[in-house]
Amino acid sequence: MTEVHDHGHEQHHPTPPSPIERRVAALEELLTEKGLVPEGFIEEVNRIYENDIGPMNGAKVVARAWVDPEYKARLLQDGTAAVAELGFGGPEGNIVAVANEPSLHNVVVCTLCSCYPWSILGLPPTWYKDAPYRARMVREPRVLLREMGCVVPDDADIRVWDSSAEVRYLVVPERPADTEGLPEEELAARVTRDSMIGVGRL
Amino acid sequence: MNTDLLDTDGVAAAPRRNGELVFEAPWQSRVFGLCAAIVETCFEGDREPFRRQLIAAIAAEPDRPYWDSWTVALEQLLLASDLIDELSIERRIGSPEDPPA
Repeated sequence: MTEVHDHGHEQHHPTPPSPIERRVAALEELLTEKGLVPEGFIEEVNRIYENDIGPMNGAKVVARAWVDPEYKARLLQDGTAAVAELGFGGPEGNIVAVANEPSLHNVVVCTLCSCYPWSILGLPPTWYKDAPYRARMVREPRVLLREMGCVVPDDADIRVWDSSAEVRYLVVPERPADTEGLPEEELAARVTRDSMIGVGRL
Repeated sequence: MNTDLLDTDGVAAAPRRNGELVFEAPWQSRVFGLCAAIVETCFEGDREPFRRQLIAAIAAEPDRPYWDSWTVALEQLLLASDLIDELSIERRIGSPEDPPA
């Protein structure tokens, strides 16, 4: 995916590390020397928390909606309750699910800050918080989506949902045509984080 | 790999801004990953010993920033389990010609 970057955004800190930074670095060094921190483990943990664990909850919700029309109806009616049926959710406001259709593509942004359905999608991707994403997704969603590798057919409308502290949105992507007969678990594995934000299509 | 390191509610819940998990500086995600590694390599994936330390560290200084308490909790866990000793930590911090990576 093309990341949305504000050029000049990267900052270098010439200031010396704070006491806590030095402490953590010392712990990391000592534990690494003792062989207790496998190489690349820390990066892997952070990557997994960002990409896999959280999004899997949302993916299960989407997969259930694909196989169970009644669940999908409940999900679109009351997202918070339907997500809670599967044991997910948190104290982070209401979840509203919006479903893609052949003629409608939904995408989520938080123009004010970076509200995100953490309990079902995990850590937000870094670009989600970037000012250019937040501004351009409202101003020129079709262009930005294309830049991010998400091509929405010209005859489909794009609806942009603005998250808030009270309401978090979950995009229910369309079920891919080649998934007939797949078990729910395999369906969930097909659902990507980006598709549930609306910056990807399946 | 332990996939359940973070409490989502209760006293030991990770900080969230508008519901979102917050790492405000790289060291915070480092110490988070470091803890995950120790839970995995030294405690067979059982996060309870760490969680108890975290709750104790937060209770000891409720106003301390969350990831600072997390760091204290990890250090206490390491000390209590004889995985590391205080002196070597202080020595490592105190050697400016060998700055932390």
